[in-house]
Order: sequence, then structure tokens, then C-alpha cells
Amino acid sequence: MSFYFVQFVTGLSSACSLFLVASGLSIIFGVTRVVNFAHGAFYMLGAYIGYTLTDRLSGVVGFWGAIALGALAVAAIGTLIEMLLLRRIYDAPELFQLLATFGVTLVVEDLVLLIWGPSELLGPRAPGFTGAIDLFGQPFPTYDLLLIALAPLVLAFLWLLFRRTTWGVLVRAATQDREMVAALGVNQKWLFTSVFALGVFLAGLGGALELPREAANHTMDLQVITEALVVVVIGGLGSVPGTFLAAIIVSELNAFGILVFPKISIVLVFLVMAIVLIVRPWGLLGRAEAAARAASGMVLSRWRPLRAEGRLFAVLALAVAALLPLVAGSYLVGVATEVLIFMLYAASLHFLLAGGGLASFGHAAYFGLGSYGAAIALKACGLGMETAIVAGTVLGLVGALVFGWFCVRLSGVYFAMLTLAFAQIAWSIAYQWTDVTGGDNGIIGVWPSAWAASPARFYWLTLALSAGGIALLRAITFSPFGYALRALRDSTLRAETIGIERRRVQWMGFVIAGAFAALAGALYAFLKGSVFPDNISISLSIDGLVMVLLGGVGTVSGGIVGAAIYRSLSIWVISHTDYSKLVLGALIVLLVVLFPKGLVGAFEAWRSVRTLAGLHRQNP
Amino acid sequence: MRMFSAIVSSAILAAGFAGAGPAVADDSIKIGEISSYSAIPAFTEPYRKGWQLALDEINAAGGVDGKKLEVISKDDSGKPADAVTAANELVASDGVAMLAGTFFSNIGLAVSDYANQKKILFLAAEPLTDAITLSKGNRYTFRLRPGTYEQAAMLADEAAKLPAKKWATIAPNYEYGQSAVAAFKKLLSAKRPDVEWVGEQWPPQGKIDAGAVAEAIAKTEPDAIFNVTFGADLVKLVREGATRGLFKDRAVVSLLAGEPEYLDPLKDEAPEGWIVTGYPWNAVSIPDHAAFLKAYEAKYNDYPRLGSVVGYAMLKSAAAILGKADSADSEKLVDAAEGIGVETPFGPITFRAIDHQSTLGAFVGKTALKDGKGVMVDVAYHDGAPYLPSDAEVKAQRPQN
Repeated sequence: MSFYFVQFVTGLSSACSLFLVASGLSIIFGVTRVVNFAHGAFYMLGAYIGYTLTDRLSGVVGFWGAIALGALAVAAIGTLIEMLLLRRIYDAPELFQLLATFGVTLVVEDLVLLIWGPSELLGPRAPGFTGAIDLFGQPFPTYDLLLIALAPLVLAFLWLLFRRTTWGVLVRAATQDREMVAALGVNQKWLFTSVFALGVFLAGLGGALELPREAANHTMDLQVITEALVVVVIGGLGSVPGTFLAAIIVSELNAFGILVFPKISIVLVFLVMAIVLIVRPWGLLGRAEAAARAASGMVLSRWRPLRAEGRLFAVLALAVAALLPLVAGSYLVGVATEVLIFMLYAASLHFLLAGGGLASFGHAAYFGLGSYGAAIALKACGLGMETAIVAGTVLGLVGALVFGWFCVRLSGVYFAMLTLAFAQIAWSIAYQWTDVTGGDNGIIGVWPSAWAASPARFYWLTLALSAGGIALLRAITFSPFGYALRALRDSTLRAETIGIERRRVQWMGFVIAGAFAALAGALYAFLKGSVFPDNISISLSIDGLVMVLLGGVGTVSGGIVGAAIYRSLSIWVISHTDYSKLVLGALIVLLVVLFPKGLVGAFEAWRSVRTLAGLHRQNP
Repeated sequence: MRMFSAIVSSAILAAGFAGAGPAVADDSIKIGEISSYSAIPAFTEPYRKGWQLALDEINAAGGVDGKKLEVISKDDSGKPADAVTAANELVASDGVAMLAGTFFSNIGLAVSDYANQKKILFLAAEPLTDAITLSKGNRYTFRLRPGTYEQAAMLADEAAKLPAKKWATIAPNYEYGQSAVAAFKKLLSAKRPDVEWVGEQWPPQGKIDAGAVAEAIAKTEPDAIFNVTFGADLVKLVREGATRGLFKDRAVVSLLAGEPEYLDPLKDEAPEGWIVTGYPWNAVSIPDHAAFLKAYEAKYNDYPRLGSVVGYAMLKSAAAILGKADSADSEKLVDAAEGIGVETPFGPITFRAIDHQSTLGAFVGKTALKDGKGVMVDVAYHDGAPYLPSDAEVKAQRPQN
């Protein structure tokens, strides 16, 4: 019995360190609606700055002073980023801030490497909390007890802050209705900045407090960010007690789960999230989101199919692209093939995100299912490349059919997180089911049939399928089905009133997007000759979002331009520098500030201004 | 118009790619090198220093057949797909004579399959997976480091000498951890039929919940523990385990934990008495190592890590292959590489013709604390050859062509 109690308390201490990070994320999201992807980076900075300070300051006061100072320093950095970067883009389309914070994360990762070097840095143990006490005959770390005491204190502090101070009342009001608070004359700028600073302070504190438990290392950020996000969502967005509850549930399930299934940790949090969201669409203690006031600013101009001029350009572009292998070497042709595949992948996500207003955080699931479907059909079933590509696409379609059925029951960030959960479940299956997928060693030897084996021929095949796919997606966008999908995006209420069945239409949209992503994934398998769980990874899902947001959510096909630019850039940068993250991240931040409507969005806005100016000149 | 801007931007980028090719120097031999520099710098930075040292030495001695050796190095950002892109650039655009490097097993496999497809020699440096020379082996791929099975076998020999009967295992939940545990279990059980496997834990790589794992293992009351976690996970496990008394009165056998890359970050909390594989850089008595150590410390003002030795030995092997083949033709290079002998800081090694695995070995010893730092004591160098699979086993596992 005593073992189970100790295991319970152990789980509780994990829950508390998780809560410290997640609570900050929850507060920031609740008020600013920013999915702060950089939260993990701030957590990591807290650990590193804390390490440096504990190294300089000694003694009891020195240690705890260093932890507090570290957290404050991180909060200062966060405040600066909020004021210089996020403030400029609060009006940008939803999720655009995700792009900015993703850029910040990349920059921080490389900066940490440059400043603190590659080795893991083991900080001192907390003075006075170095040993263990006897807990029912089992030694238990005193530091873990300290964490268990600290987390409820933080929770109580936050509760008092939000319930008993004017500032807290304003923050809660802003959480419910931002525009109304602004209309009442509250200075939103500083409200947001202070909330962001508090959230980042908690992230930094969480990181610094990890020092006595683990070495500061530069993968800390990504380890913590998904888990924190998941906990926030399970608890219900913006609900701090919910986050606390969720952290405890997840940690305890893990502590006891590994006794029965030692391999469960890898997928546990995502399983829990999927189940919770299916049963309770707004998390444990969350409430239904108030209907968005209007998607104003989302769409720049009415979407139209290409006119004669545009079609001519499209044909010209295709012709130029088709001629590429005649002038370029095989490496460049290979890169161009990869770019084309990602254009199709981005176009499929763009269709869902821009056309359907459905932000998928797990679109890589269908890309990856396409890859695996093709690879398994080729290697295990002995089918040819042509059939294998079809098989991959079908597997992705079926996956989207199943996952999508659950996902479209939700909306907003909950929808996004359920797609993420399914993607991670698919990933862990690919990772664990060694007999079929080869586990993390993947499936190799997935090469094209002889007739398409040369880089040029495979390029033409990819060009035909990608261009065809993109054209088809556009055709669907302007079909009656596409109009229904957009109607639901712009106003669910009105669309449903005129007889559009939300779930069915969005489900079909989800499946279409998934199938095209799977086609891209199948082509990718043959381009690389191998398939790995990487093809379903979170980073690939994020890459998709980055490409679409970079292109412009308000545009018909901005995603393909975003994909072309982002993918070419990242291949080029990785090839030319070891600090590719620093360069890419800085570029993303710069583009975000310069073009808050996305690249294509900015271009269209510029053109429409010019057209208007032209009209004015004609009619003085 | 949207399309137009797409064309313009891709044209600009295409120009960038085309112009990016390095100037071709006719009097040099080029080696394409790929590793996970940005993903796992703690290991790959010393590794890079290692091969750079070897490169300097080779070129100072006149290069290979009178030609200068040139290494074009690429980062793969820890992703197999990016590694294949890099390999393609090196082969198709830079025209390298051979490929070398890689750290992660899955990246090693992806590049090895690419090499097989494009018929170019690939000298895998770090990947530990046994598949790369056995079940997924191919004509064009050679591997330098001793694989998972070999290292597990070295430890199983030592473990068999312990009185411990009840064993538990902790390993990261991916192929490396799984095959290490499978090999160790098989070999130890064969030597000691009385051994009982009482518990196992499989934390996700990089995300160990160390307290819960330590308690779960302690509950099974093993006499000894076989650990495969490394890096940040190892640090957490050691701290939690030490505080919770997990390692008290228990033997621990741990793969790779004696490598300076993983032992040094533990500082004065490095565990004592663990049986480990690793690299005791200041306690190696092999003569060739002394020269290497001196040159390395002179050049970098730092001590070498295991990665440094691997990088150094990799480039020396590459130069030896290129010198013996006296040609940039892949088939001739492969023929030259089969059975070739190379001098390394760990003494002479041979790349076996039958499975393309080198006979480079590893050090086995016990961890101890000295001057507030973890070190290895009672060190013995185990040559790789006796631990490699027999010809019959290779023939059964490796695709024959």
C-alpha cells in the first residue's frame, strides 16, 4: 500500500511542475487568444538563466534569489517580445501570432546553443532540499514535497489575483469579451502586456525550478510545450483550476499507467486529451467559447476564380516549371520536386484552414498516412509505384474520414487540439508498431518504378499530380460545396439557418484536405526513398501552418506561395549554415512584422489599393 | 498575379540554388559529410573537431595520392528526409567521391539506402543500429562504430560475473533501446540461465518521468538494473534514483554512460560503481591514442570526447579507402574498403568484407568519482572482432546479392 501512496505523491510532484508551466500558457491564451508556441522557449530560458545565476550566487539566499531573478529576467524578455512583436499583430488573422511565436522559438533555440554551448548543464540542488525523507518506509525527495506545496500556492495566488483585484476583474472581462472591454475605455495594450509578462514569468519560474531535478538542455522547450498545451486544453482554455486538475490527472495516469503498460508514456497525454475532448468538447472546466464577433479582417476581398489573365499566368507558370529539368541539374530538380510536394501539402491545409476556417494542428497525420500507405503497399504488398500512390492516398482519406468525424464536432482551438491528438496517436502507432512500420527505423527502399526513376521524370510526375491537385482544390473551393464551406466559416449560425448541415460539410472538407495531403505524402515517400515517423511529426504539422500563414490565410491559394518560399528557404538555409533555426526564425519574425496579412495577402492588398487609386484618377 | 509572384520568387530562389555550388577545384578529392549538428551538438561538435583534426593531418602529409582532401559538411537537422536532401546535394551537385557521417540510426539507414540506390560509397560513423550492417545492409554501406549488439554483448559478459539474479531494465522507447535490451537479455540469459527478468520501463526518449520510473523499478526489487537511457534522461534518472535510493545495494550496468559526453554533465553526482561502456580519455594506454590526444589538445585546448575519436577515425578510414582504391569509381572504392585495415587512436581496425562492419571496439569499466568528476576505472579495451556475429549469422541476416 505504501508503494502506491509514494507513487501517487511522485505523480503529484510531476503534476505540480507541469502546472507551473501550463498555468502561464493558460492565462496568456485566455486573455490574448495567442497560442504562445514560445512558452517552451521561455521555460528553457528560465532554466538556463537560472543555471548561470545559481552558478554565480551561492548559499540559500543566493539560490532562491537566482531562481526568482531568473524568472524575472525571462519575464522581462517576454515583455519586450510582446511589446515589439505581438502588439503589432494582434489584429492579424487568428493563429498568425502562432507563426510569430514559432519564429521566436527557433531563434531562442539557436541563441541558447550559442550562449550556453551544446553540453547539458547540471545546476546545484536546492539548499535545504537536497535529500529525502522517509515516507511510509520509502525515501522521498524533499524537493518534490516543496513543489507539491508550491503549486497550490501559485494556484491560490492566481485565483486571488483574478478574483480580488481590479486588474483581475479586467483580465476576466477581457477573457470574455475583448472588444467590449476596449470599448469601455480600458487600456488593452497594457492589460495584454501585463498578462503576457505574468504568463512568461510562470514559464521562466517553472524552468528555473526544474534545475534541481534535471540538467538544463536545449530540447527542454519542445518537450514541455506540447505537454503544457495539452494540459491547458484538457483543463479547459483559460481555466487555471482546470489546468491544475488536468495536470494532476495526466501525471497520475502516467505514474500508475507505466506500472501496467511500461510503454504508455509516449502517447498517454494525447490519448487522454482525445478522450476528454470527445466527451467534453470544451475541456474539463472550460466553457463554450462565445461566438466570435465577426471574422472581420479575415478576408481581404471577395474570393473569385482566376480570370483570363490569371489563367494565362497559371498556364505560363506550369510551362516554365515543366521546362526546368531541361536547364537545371538533378539536385535542383530534386529540390524543386520537394517544393512541389509541399505546395500540394500546403494547398490541402490551406483549403481547410482558409476555406473552411478549420485550423488543423495535426495535418501531418494524413501526409504521413499517405507516406506509410504507399511504402507498405510497395514493400509489404509488392504493388507497383502507381498503385502504391493510390493506396497511400486512400489510407490518408480513410484516416481523415475516421478522425475527421470526431474533430468536426468541435470548433476553434479545441478542434485544432483534437486534430493534434489524433496526429500524435497516429505518430505513436507508426513509432511503436515495428512489425509493420519498422518503428523509428522506418521503411527504406521506397523508390519509384523504373519509368519514373530519373529525377526529371519523377519531377514531371510530381508536377502533374501537384498542379492537378491544386487545380482540383481550387475548383472545389469555387464549387457549391466550397461556397457552403466558406459560409460556415464566415457565420455558422446563418449558414445553418439556410439549411447547410455544418458537420457533414465540414467533415467532407476535412476528408478532401486529408486525401490531398496524403497524395503529397505518398509522393514524398518515393522522392526520399524512405518513410519515417517524422512524416507524421508535430514539426511537419507546424511547418504546414507556417506555410499557409506565411502565404496568407485570407487568400484563395496563398499557401502554395508560402510553401514554395518557406520550403526553398529552409532547404537552402540548412544547406548553408549550422544555425538554420536562427536564420529561419529571424526571417519568420521579420516577415510577420512586415506582412501581417501574409505575403500574398500583402500583395493583394497593395494591388487593390493601386486599383482604387487608379479609379480615383479616372473619376476626379 | 498570384502565380506570377510565385514564378518570380521561385526563379529568384532557383538562381540562389544554382549559384550556390562551390567552385570546383580539380586537384582535390571531395568527401560529403552529413551529421546532426544542430539536433545533437553535444555529440556532434566534438565529432566535427575530430574529423577536422584528421583532415589537417592528412593534408599536411600530402593528402591522398598527392591530391588534397576536401570535406563538404552538411547539417541534417536531425531529420532523415533532410539528410537525403543533403546527400543528394553532395552527390548530384558537389560531385563528392563518397558520403560519410550521420549520427541517428534512422538517418544512417536513410542515407545508406540512398547510397545503395545511387551506387555511392557511404561510411556510416555513429549510427548504432545493427540493421545497417545486417538486415538492411547493402554493398555500398560501411559502419565504423561498434553497434548496439556488440556493446550490449560486452556488458553482458561483465554482468554475467555478478551474483545478481533478478534484473530490471530501463531503456528509451525506440529502436536503439529496444534492441539493446533484447540483445542484453538474450546474451545474459544464455550465460546465466538462473537470471530472472523482473521489471522493465520504457520512458519516451528525452521525456522521462524519472521519479515515477525509479519507483516503478524499485517496486520490482531487482538485484541489478540494466540502463540504456542517456543524455538528459540519464541525468534525471541518476538524480531521482540517487535521492530515492534506487541504486543503493544494487548493481547497475549502463550502456554508453561512460562516454564523456554523458558522464561529464553529471559532475560530482556521477554514479559510482556502474559497469559501463565509454571512453576514459585520460586513462587509455593504447600507443596510437597518445599521439591523437596530444594533437587534439594542442589544436583545441580541450580534451577529446568519444565523438572526437569517431570523427577522427572516420576520416582516416575514408582517406585509407580513397588511397587504396586510387579511383573515384564507387565500385572500386567498395572493393578497396572491403577488408581494409586502418590505424585509429584505438589501434588498428579492419572493415570486415562479409558485413562491412569495422572491428573498432569499446572500453568497458566502472564509474568512479575523482576530484569531483565522474571517471572510468578498471578500464579494459574490448576489440570489436570477438563480439561481431559469425559468418553464418551474417549470411542468415544480411541480404545476399
